[in-house]
Amino acid sequence: MDTGFSISLLDIRPIVPEITMVCAGLILLLLDLVVRKKEVVAFVGIVGAIVALYGTFKLYGLSEPQIAFSNMFILDGYANFFKLIFYLNVIMTIGISVKYMKVEKASYGEYYALLLFSTTGMMIMASAGDLIVLYLGLELMALSTYILAGLLRGQTRSNEAALKYFFLGAFSSAFLLYGIALTYGITGTTNISDIAVSLLTLDIVGNPVTMLGIIFIIVAFGFKIALIPFHMWAPDVYEGAPTSVTAFMSVGPKAAGFAVLGRVLFDAFGVMQVQWVSILIPLAVLTMAGGSIIALAQTNIKRMLAYSSIAHAGYMLLGIIAGTSIGLTSTVNYLMIYLFMNMGAFAIVIMMRREGFQGENIEDYMGLAKDHPLASALMLVFMFSLAGIPPTAGFIGKFYVFMAAIHEGYTYLAIIAVVFSAVSAFFYLRIVVYMYMKDPKESVTLTTSPSLSIVLAVTAMMVLILGIFPSILLNLVRYSILG
Amino acid sequence: MPGTYVPSDYFPVLVIILIAASVGLGALLVGPLVRPRRRYKQKLSAYESGNPPVGEARQKFSVKYYIVAMLFVVFDVEAVFLYPWAVAYDKLGIFGFIEMMLFIFILLVGYIYVWKKGAFEWE
Repeated sequence: MDTGFSISLLDIRPIVPEITMVCAGLILLLLDLVVRKKEVVAFVGIVGAIVALYGTFKLYGLSEPQIAFSNMFILDGYANFFKLIFYLNVIMTIGISVKYMKVEKASYGEYYALLLFSTTGMMIMASAGDLIVLYLGLELMALSTYILAGLLRGQTRSNEAALKYFFLGAFSSAFLLYGIALTYGITGTTNISDIAVSLLTLDIVGNPVTMLGIIFIIVAFGFKIALIPFHMWAPDVYEGAPTSVTAFMSVGPKAAGFAVLGRVLFDAFGVMQVQWVSILIPLAVLTMAGGSIIALAQTNIKRMLAYSSIAHAGYMLLGIIAGTSIGLTSTVNYLMIYLFMNMGAFAIVIMMRREGFQGENIEDYMGLAKDHPLASALMLVFMFSLAGIPPTAGFIGKFYVFMAAIHEGYTYLAIIAVVFSAVSAFFYLRIVVYMYMKDPKESVTLTTSPSLSIVLAVTAMMVLILGIFPSILLNLVRYSILG
Repeated sequence: MPGTYVPSDYFPVLVIILIAASVGLGALLVGPLVRPRRRYKQKLSAYESGNPPVGEARQKFSVKYYIVAMLFVVFDVEAVFLYPWAVAYDKLGIFGFIEMMLFIFILLVGYIYVWKKGAFEWE
C-alpha cells in the first residue's frame, strides 16, 4: 500500500478561503482580549469574511472544478455558490447583532469568532468530496452553533435551547455516522464519486444495506434542515437562542444541509434516484403541511418564523425531488432568496427588542405602522416575500421550485405545496394586519443601528430587485451549477 | 465481495475477548466460594483513605475543576498528536514540520486566550 505523503502545496490553494476564515476567527479571539469595544471585533470579523469572499471569488474565476487532498475536497461552482450564501449570511448576521448583543448585555468577542468558525464548517461541508470531510465540516458548524445558541448565559431558555440543540444534534451526528459506516461497509469507500462507481460495479443498487445507509444519511440531514418529523428541536432552539443567532442558523446550517444533501444524493447515489425520491416525497409533504399548519397557532414571532422556516425547507425539497440539475438550480436559487427575506424579517424582530422589552409576541406588532411606517413597510415586504406573493423574490423562488417539480411529473406535489403556501399566507399576513389595521396598545421605540439599517436596506432591495428581475440571480446560479 | 467477507484476521481478538470475559466472571463466581466472610461496620463503610467518611459523596464542587479538566484534555490531545509526528518526523520532512508548527500555533492562540481570560487563576 502506498503510504506516501501526497499532500502538496497545490492542495492548499482551494482551501485558502477556509484558512482565511479560521485565521480571522483566531485573530478575533486575540483581538477580544485587548480591545474593549466589541464593535471593533465585529468590524474585523466582517473584514475577515470579505477577504475570504474575495479569495473564493478569485478561485471562482478558475472555471475548471478544483480537486484537492486526493479527491476529498472539491471546489466547483456548486460549492462556490453555497459559500457565497454563507458569506452573505455571516456578514449580515454580524451587521444585525452588534447593537442587539449590547441590548442583551451579552457582547462577547467570542460571539463573532464562533460565527466565523461555524461558517468555516459550512464551507467545508459544501466542498466535501468525502463523507468523512463532510462529517468534519458538519461538526465544526454544529459545535459552534450549539455554543452560539446558549450565549445568553443568564436566560434559562437560551440554556435550554443550547442543550436541546446539542443533544438532538449529537443524535443526528450518530445517525450520519451510522449511515456513513453502512455505506462504507457495502461500497468499500467513503469518497462521494467512488461510491457512485462502486454502486454500479458491485451491483448493490437494490441492496437493503445500501438503502439503509441512504435512509440514515437522509435522516441526519433532515435534522439539520429541520424536516418533519426531525424538526422537534427547531422551534425551541429558534425561540431560546439570541435572535441574531436564530437568523444565522435559520439560513446557514439549512443551506449547508441542502448543499450536502444535493451533493450526496446527486453525486454519490445518483443511480438510486428512484429510491431516495420515494423517501423524500413523504418527508416533503409532511414538512410543508406541518410547518404551515402549526405556525398558525404560534403567538411568538420567533417560533412562528421557526415553523415558517420548516415549511420553506419542505418547498426547497421539491427541487431536490425533481432530481434534475434544473431542480437543484431552483433549490439553490430559493435558498439565496430565502437568505435575504429571512434575514430581513429577523432584522425587524431584532429592532423590536429593547431594554426591558422582548417584543417577540405577535401582538407587540399591533399598530406599528402608526409610529414606524418605514419599518412596517419593510416588514410588509418581507412577509409578502415569505408568503410568496409577487412581485417579491419569494414568489420567484417558489415559482421555479414548483416548475421544476411539475416538469418532472410531480404535479400533485406542486399542488400540495401551493395549497400549504396559501395556508401559510394567513400567518404571514396576520403580522401585516396587526401592523396596519390594529390600534397600538403602547407606543414602541425601535432599537436601530447603522449596520442594522444597512442590512435592512440591502435585504429589502434584494427582495424587490430579485422579484422583478429574477434572471440576475438565476443566471448566476445556472452558471455556477451547470457551468 | 461485499457480504461474503469473513473477518478471520480478527479471530485472535475474539479469543482474547472470551478469555478476558471468563477471567472476570470466574473471579466473581469463584471468589465467594473460597473467601472468608466477616462483616463489621468499619469494613462496610466507604473507603476514605483511612479517614472516617463525612457527608455525601455527591456534592457540588467548584466549576474551576471543570475548567482545569477541560483545558487539560485540550492540551493533552495536543501532546498526543505530537507523538506520531515525532516518530514519523524523517518521513514527513519539512512539510510535516510546518504543519505541526501551525497546529501548535493554533493551540498557542488558545493558550493565550485562556490565560488572558483568567482561566488559570485559582482564586
